Amino acid sequence: MPPIPTVVPMSWYLILSAILFTLGAAGFLLRRNIITVFMCIELMLNAVNLTFVAFSHQLKQVDGHIFTFFVMVVAAAEAAVGLAIILTVFKNRQTLEIDEISSMKL
Amino acid sequence: MDAILFLTFAAIAVACAINLVLQTHPISSALSLVGVMTSLAVLYLLLGGSFIAAVQVIVYAGAIMVLFIFVIMLLNTQGERTQPKKNVLPIAIALPLLFSLIGVLAAIVATQVPAGEIVKFGTFSGGDPLTFGRAMFTRYLLPFEVTSVLILIAIVGAVVLAKKEI
Amino acid sequence: MNFYIISLVKAGITAGVLLTFCAYLVWIERKVLAHIQLRPGPYRVGPHGLLQPLSDLIKLMTKEGVIPANVHTFFYLFAPFLAVALALISIVVIPFGPEFSILGVTTGLGLTDLNIGILLVLAVSSLGVYAIALGGWASNSKYSLMGGLRSAAQMISYELPMALAIVSPLLLLNTLNFREMVVGQEGFALGFIPRWTIFAAPVPQVFSFIIFMIAVFAETNRVPFDLPEAETELVAGFHTEYSSLMFAAFFTAEYANIITVCCVATALFLGGWQPLWPAAYGSNFVPPLIIGLAGLMLLYHGSQALKSRRWDRFSFPAIGVIFLGLAGLFFVPVLQPVLIPFFWFASKLLVLIFVFIWVRGTLPRFRYDQLMKFAWTFLFPAALINLLITGLVVALTSQ
Repeated sequence: MPPIPTVVPMSWYLILSAILFTLGAAGFLLRRNIITVFMCIELMLNAVNLTFVAFSHQLKQVDGHIFTFFVMVVAAAEAAVGLAIILTVFKNRQTLEIDEISSMKL
Repeated sequence: MDAILFLTFAAIAVACAINLVLQTHPISSALSLVGVMTSLAVLYLLLGGSFIAAVQVIVYAGAIMVLFIFVIMLLNTQGERTQPKKNVLPIAIALPLLFSLIGVLAAIVATQVPAGEIVKFGTFSGGDPLTFGRAMFTRYLLPFEVTSVLILIAIVGAVVLAKKEI
Repeated sequence: MNFYIISLVKAGITAGVLLTFCAYLVWIERKVLAHIQLRPGPYRVGPHGLLQPLSDLIKLMTKEGVIPANVHTFFYLFAPFLAVALALISIVVIPFGPEFSILGVTTGLGLTDLNIGILLVLAVSSLGVYAIALGGWASNSKYSLMGGLRSAAQMISYELPMALAIVSPLLLLNTLNFREMVVGQEGFALGFIPRWTIFAAPVPQVFSFIIFMIAVFAETNRVPFDLPEAETELVAGFHTEYSSLMFAAFFTAEYANIITVCCVATALFLGGWQPLWPAAYGSNFVPPLIIGLAGLMLLYHGSQALKSRRWDRFSFPAIGVIFLGLAGLFFVPVLQPVLIPFFWFASKLLVLIFVFIWVRGTLPRFRYDQLMKFAWTFLFPAALINLLITGLVVALTSQ
């Protein structure tokens, strides 16, 4: 087993971010529950935030953090509207399976 | 110490993310996502972003995910029904593609990022609330104001969707 | 290495004191409530029921921990653990006294000195809702679910006014670090008015303090906002299905949360360990005076104890002598810089905790729609206007 380095290479953070993003994408494609699908989108956003903060550290600038902040704000707005839509859909169709919510009209 | 902390919380994040994808019940998935977010907050701290780490926990874990949990509890849904005719083909195609995506991304990162780039805790302190606020309210003032309009639109949208009989 | 040893010792002491205080807070609450309602309260176990917390603890530990059928076992067991863990975390950023040197080691009373102290408190308190919501949901009972849902909605709603009320004193103090906050409130205007943020020029933060306290009552699920556990409608709310140590965990978490938010209010609004009036006018003699008087009173009551309570004749004077000894400690020059600030911090903390119990003894519970309406149509705009006025005045006067 190779010895664990005492400092963390930049690439580790980026690879972690890639893994998280891929898992989010996989969940987005494979899952059937609309709320879980929504959460997978949040996971992808989080993975991207990690790269922003990591690059901010590399460039020694605060700008990456500000991008992360804006992503969070957009995620909050998206969650508010998205969950309201999900509630309305559930009220009308009594289901959360995305396969059964295939038509735009009732 | 840096490497130990990184590996611990990276492992927690990946484990929670896998759990998020695999769990059938939405509440389990939501809590796994909270786990991912809090461990990412610790990684932000290691990267010198103390303010963004706090905001990550307050906004993401403390507000957005609570909203998710609230909706899941309100609808009180059960786990996903297992489909009677389980189609193996999509999963058989998806899993290799998934691993190849991770491989390609890792290869790009490994070749493009110089090997000398290291992250050491304490070498960057530009993420404290003071610097963050300065940048936010000088250079990024216009985007900041635009997001406030965005939030207003979201509030109006959510209220309309929740109130009206559609 | 020295740093780790000191931190471990401090963490051990803090955890021990906090948990003991949690246990005795229950005794204090029962006693104060009882006296409000003109009854003696716990009286049997030990002198004036002083050993009641111990017997409660033994009772809870020896009870059977029932896990009902059809609960989500993992979340059912995870929720009380999460509640107590989150309740104990926030205390690490609270400074109980100034920095001092003892045996050649300089350290502060309090565990850490984070630059984002108040943000940590906000973050941890925003996570606290998970414990209650999950416990209520996992119990698989309609009362628990209603309690959990109510607590989730209530805690999201009241977090906004709480955060806004915290921001306005921060505008005056210019820091997020609790120790720097308290140091920034040092001194006296005109020689006798303390510069605590609640009195400070240019904008006294009285309204922020009131809004913060109201929001905090809701955040800790206390009367008049104890809708999540309203016993007349929901049996016991989110912890209906819990028993034994799991119930004790929720209970401890509730009281630890009260202590933490009172510590935050003390440090943020009431000047932390700063005395009420300058030491030049003799504020250093207040602590030994109060504790000494308490000791003398105990001695007197011990000698006057009823025949039927013979045990009091021995225990009261013993505790009285201990109190007199404590009062004497305040005159030891080495201990003075530690004990006197700590006394002021603890006394402000106890006053705030008394307010919590007093409100519980006097106010009825809100109805659920009144609770939400109050948060969104009164408390939130009030906090916003308060913040705007504070910001405006600070911006105009800071040049």
